Amino acid sequence: MHIPDGYLSPQTYIPLYGVAAGFWAVAIRKIKKELSAKNVPYLGLASAFSFIIMMFNIPIPGGTTGHAVGAAFIALVLGPWAAVVTVSVVLIIQALVFGDGGITAIGANCVNMAVVMPFVAYAVFMLVRGRSTGNRRIFVAAFLAGYAGLFAAAAITALEFGIQPLVAAGADGKPLYAPYPLSIALPAMTIEHLFFGIFEGLVTALLVRYIHRSEPGSVYALREESREIAQ
Amino acid sequence: MKSRNKLWIGLLLLALLTPLGIVIPEYFKAGDAWGEWSVETLRAKLGGPAPAKLEENADRYRAPVPDYSIGGNNGNRTVRIVSYAGSALGFALVAYIIAKLAGKHE
Repeated sequence: MHIPDGYLSPQTYIPLYGVAAGFWAVAIRKIKKELSAKNVPYLGLASAFSFIIMMFNIPIPGGTTGHAVGAAFIALVLGPWAAVVTVSVVLIIQALVFGDGGITAIGANCVNMAVVMPFVAYAVFMLVRGRSTGNRRIFVAAFLAGYAGLFAAAAITALEFGIQPLVAAGADGKPLYAPYPLSIALPAMTIEHLFFGIFEGLVTALLVRYIHRSEPGSVYALREESREIAQ
Repeated sequence: MKSRNKLWIGLLLLALLTPLGIVIPEYFKAGDAWGEWSVETLRAKLGGPAPAKLEENADRYRAPVPDYSIGGNNGNRTVRIVSYAGSALGFALVAYIIAKLAGKHE
């Protein structure tokens, strides 16, 4: 899902940089307020985990590959704002050092995987879990959170690709950047992520369960009791 | 063992397994992820040149370790695989060092 350089026009990637920067600013402030120095190791763990999980490319019928992102798991265990920062760090390093994702596309990739995904995952988890403390419900909620988060990221990415022929065409009407319209991009990305979502869901659910069991009380999304009721 | 240390060790093991992310797609002859095609691949897909601005901008930036391969994009397969795991280990190591340093600053 890492958009390379050249696929997005400036009229797309510049505003997305703006959106990403806005979220980075808020996220850094929130993390300073909510997390203490002893949480930094967990942010480091989370970044490393996300980086590594993205290296496991999975082939699917049709001949393409995909990978999990880990943003949902981080959003649930450390909170969505922590996920914004940790996943963004990963994406920026991937682009700058490894050429995985374009430099112009850093804003877009961060919006897709480090903003949309964590927040959708977090919202879905809260919705599905409700007030339940049962392990089964938590597992299912985490699975669906990962699934929905990845799917949402894929859909937004497809949207960014698919509008290029519309927003950036030459005088002759031919696309200047990404060549495929929405009618191709949307089904292509969403259908295959219906499948990849299963991996993301499983990774999310299994890891949330592991952390919840080995360090009860440390899962951010499960500590929201009082705040949730207040809302 | 503290569970956090267990997590780092788990991460280390995962890092060593990352070459599966190259080997498994190769085995199934799978291609790039949708939308992540190189200009060359895209030209092949389109049966002609890629869109004009894409051709201009796609290879503007040359990353130091392109596609996680120290030997460059078309390096020897063993180098690619070792480099892949090395990249994972490298990132994990840097994250670990930063985490340890931050932990000391309490």
